[in-house]
Amino acid sequence: MLRRLPAVFAALGLGLAGLSAHAGETTIAVAANFAEPIKAIVADFSRATGHTVKISTGATGKFYAQIVNGAPFDALLAADDETPARLVAEKHGVPDSVFSYAVGRLVLWSADAGKVDARASALKSGNFRFLSVANPKTAPYGRAALETLAAMKVEVPESKRVVGESIAQAYQFAATGNADLGFVAQSQVWKAGKLRSGSAWGVPESMHQPIRQAAVLLVRGRDNAAARALLDWLKSPSARKIIESYGYGS
Amino acid sequence: MNLSPDDWRALALTAQLATVVTAILFVVGTPLAWWLARTQSRWRGPVSAVVALPIVLPPTVIGFYLLIALGPNGPGGQLTQAMGLGLLPFTFWGLVLASVIYSLPFMVQPLQAAFEAIGRRPLEAAATLRAAPLDRFFHVVVPLARPGFLTAGVLAFAHTVGEFGVVLMLGGNLAGETRVASVQLYDYVEAYDYAGAHRLAAVLMVFSFLVLLTVYARRTSAR
Repeated sequence: MLRRLPAVFAALGLGLAGLSAHAGETTIAVAANFAEPIKAIVADFSRATGHTVKISTGATGKFYAQIVNGAPFDALLAADDETPARLVAEKHGVPDSVFSYAVGRLVLWSADAGKVDARASALKSGNFRFLSVANPKTAPYGRAALETLAAMKVEVPESKRVVGESIAQAYQFAATGNADLGFVAQSQVWKAGKLRSGSAWGVPESMHQPIRQAAVLLVRGRDNAAARALLDWLKSPSARKIIESYGYGS
Repeated sequence: MNLSPDDWRALALTAQLATVVTAILFVVGTPLAWWLARTQSRWRGPVSAVVALPIVLPPTVIGFYLLIALGPNGPGGQLTQAMGLGLLPFTFWGLVLASVIYSLPFMVQPLQAAFEAIGRRPLEAAATLRAAPLDRFFHVVVPLARPGFLTAGVLAFAHTVGEFGVVLMLGGNLAGETRVASVQLYDYVEAYDYAGAHRLAAVLMVFSFLVLLTVYARRTSAR
């Protein structure tokens, strides 16, 4: 609750009543990995501005296919920065509206509290049954995982590398213990600034290309004041603070 | 068709999976359907309900619970490890087990309906001619229930070919081991390779249509 206080004060400062008179509604599509932070951010946002935000969470690739085929979203908070750029190039996104709202951090994680040490020895020595990664062809976290393996000069045979369709599934494989190691998003195992369970090794950011998650205003939401206001809100210090508390960089 | 080697691998794996699953389902499903068709037991209702459950649950949910149950901390996983089979998730035989559960109603229900339609008379007639029970089953029931066997086999096979959520969840997308055609197709869609997706989807559709056509065409001509 405490972390929302600044936003409440900001709202008072802006003059809640005046804005509420123009309260609008917007529907946004949000990458699944950002489902929790966006809920907290939108709660503050709605309280401050009076705008109503409907959130649909899912896989970025599915959202792309839906948006291109006329889905009623005003903005997309993607899991990568390529999809927003592609939407702009294909005239579904508003030019110049794209910005990076979060930077994903990759961790090597195990549900087993003693498995991952500070030097990731289990991975280096091959002392594991399965390593779960997100699909490198589709998920930025998966690509970053492969880049990390290359940077570490660790070879993992394909038969020991289980591939989740998304980072959510890569996490499920590891969380159920079926994969004893997994490259997952720090945001999945992080809460209020620390590891929730298991053991983890934070991958140095120098080992892979940054995992930039970008937002884009869609053509459909071009004139939607609520959608524009929300995208601006994501850049505010109070939103940034929430985003970081969930384990993202900014 | 410009299918990639990976596509062919996925298609071959799909055909292999569906064939093995259908064969196992004939062995498991036939006695179960027979029992359901004949029994007066008060367990008939509960067993029928359990058999039908996979139709109700979303496939990814089934896959998720199988992942937990067959995992190192799940009861199924501990059983398979104790039996020396290791852990089943992310293996071909893990998919076989999941598919057998998932497609069970599609085998049992048509068979049960076919057995019920036969009624008692042909069997009683055979019994008066001193045919032994197994003899009666194979020489009276099986020929009479032939359309039912055909429908059940086709449905179980087709349902396994089209399976996606369960294999995605339990399979881990390993090439040649668990990456079936539906998963390969999904990968194309997610990677924005729509041309690759359309090619594979077209092959799957044509193949499935031809399989269904041969079966259904034969069925009408048999009548």
